[in-house]
Amino acid sequence: MRMYEQLLQYLITGITVGSAYALVGLGFAIIYNASDVVNFAQGEFVMIGAMSAIFLHAAGVPYVVALALAVLITVAVGMALEKFAIEPARNASVVSTIIITIGASILLRGAALLIWGKDIYGLKPFTGEQTIHLGPATLLPQNLWVMGGTAISVLLVKYFFDHTRTGKAILACSYNKKAAYLVGINVKKMLLISYGLSACLGAIAGILIAPITFFTYNAGVMLGLKGFSAAILGGMGNPMGAVAGGLMLGLLESIGAGLISSGYKDAIAFIIILLVLFFKPSGLFGKSAGERV
Amino acid sequence: MRLLGLGIFALVIAILPILFPENYYITVVGVTMFFHAILAVGLNLFMGYAGQISLGHAAFFGMGAYSSAILTTKFGWNPWLAMGAGALLVWCISYLVARPILRLKGHYLAMATLGFGIIIHIFLVQYDTLTGGPDGLSSIPELTILGWPINTDLRWYYFAAIVMLLSILFSLNLVASRHGRALQAVHGSEVAAQMMGIDTSKVKVHIFVISAVMAAITGSLFAHEQAFISPDSCSFFFSIELVTMVVLGGMASTFGAVFGAAILTYLPEFLVVFQDFKVLIFGGILMFIMIFLPEGLFVGLRKIVSYLRQGRKECLSS
Repeated sequence: MRMYEQLLQYLITGITVGSAYALVGLGFAIIYNASDVVNFAQGEFVMIGAMSAIFLHAAGVPYVVALALAVLITVAVGMALEKFAIEPARNASVVSTIIITIGASILLRGAALLIWGKDIYGLKPFTGEQTIHLGPATLLPQNLWVMGGTAISVLLVKYFFDHTRTGKAILACSYNKKAAYLVGINVKKMLLISYGLSACLGAIAGILIAPITFFTYNAGVMLGLKGFSAAILGGMGNPMGAVAGGLMLGLLESIGAGLISSGYKDAIAFIIILLVLFFKPSGLFGKSAGERV
Repeated sequence: MRLLGLGIFALVIAILPILFPENYYITVVGVTMFFHAILAVGLNLFMGYAGQISLGHAAFFGMGAYSSAILTTKFGWNPWLAMGAGALLVWCISYLVARPILRLKGHYLAMATLGFGIIIHIFLVQYDTLTGGPDGLSSIPELTILGWPINTDLRWYYFAAIVMLLSILFSLNLVASRHGRALQAVHGSEVAAQMMGIDTSKVKVHIFVISAVMAAITGSLFAHEQAFISPDSCSFFFSIELVTMVVLGGMASTFGAVFGAAILTYLPEFLVVFQDFKVLIFGGILMFIMIFLPEGLFVGLRKIVSYLRQGRKECLSS
């Protein structure tokens, strides 16, 4: 019976954390699809979203407005990243783009350190702190917000790519940029929108989990790496795979931490990723593709 | 002729402490710079020449350093024996992970090496009965060569310089060898290299193991020099710093790697006043170089010089 109780608690924690990984992973997949770049600065979007919201709110901006502004700030940062770092280096090799985005993530972290310092901050929960009892397990209202917010964001992104002209145009760019350009799609603009959308998802993830976990200027590093892991787990370039990968990673991590040791929590996630990379590099839901010479 | 540059470099290094005796920037920071240079030269073999990427090289450095620290302080081993054991351990581990990791390319390779580095780092922090946890291990004994202890800054300076010069020599020779040409073929196109009869996966595994063992030996030396080691010295950020050194100097240039190591060692020393800006400047340099000078500062500067020379020749001939 005790085992079952604990398992339920791990499940709740796992899905909550996994939701954040899912959103970050989804952001990775969108940028990867649009520009063949793995954006190592993805985790910084989460940090910037959360930290901006915390500081705007502390500065007296009404709660909801602060959240909205934080998302807008992050979107602006994402678009600036595309405009000033990715676009000038569009012919660079894979290794170069990896180093550029790592550089961008260090730069953003350095800026955050200068603006917000090294202290640890938290955000007021969306609605109350009254714990909810779900059988033997407990959860906070914010856990529900995280799960709900993630579900809605994912559905909106899916709708955007399946049913809007802009979404379909971005998909066209990801299949073949030259062909997309020839049928009159503004490829540059689509890239800019992809980065903006991806930053927006990162910011939402940050704002959703900020009331549960604490944030510092370097909180984005691990979140970004976990999001990247989620994207690989689901098969790189498969947006819904990344969402599933994120949830799975969160669950495995929280169960592993509970059963083995919480100190090794992050190691568990990376061992899983190494195993996936060794045995099925195309991810759990990805199609394996041959290399074109 | 090929070794002329190395000779001049060795001469300058030998003279500097005589010109500036007891200078902090020469005998103390200099040793750190030599260690960084060995690491960068090793990583450059793997990244610059073979065209791969490793975001986890600090892990090999850490394994070497911790092997030395644990074996000498907890088991009373001879430092040289401990260093050998550390190198052997890294040789085995890097050989084991090399095959599956090096099958991967690009982003996947970056992720796998990064994951490997983070796993080792977490292990070093968590397994505190052996590694001392986040506090690390201290009072690591000094090295002695034939009864002659290396216990002053100046002695460390010359000892580290010799090791670095040997590693540069090794790298220059390796690159000019048949093996080195095979590496560059792998960099150009793996498929084409295979068609030419090169066992590409074997070539990549070899170079990966070589550069990992170089990092392990440097780690051991570092542990003895500092007499202290903590997980902070082999974090993910240190791996990134090493990549930055290689990239900054210019990939596929041994002296470029040394140059990159020198800049990234001395820059933070001079930026000490701007402590909080260090991270920001680091990121900025990395992005700027990669976007505008993808071949690195050293190679870029050399190109500009040769361009100017050629320009003048053309002026004269016309």
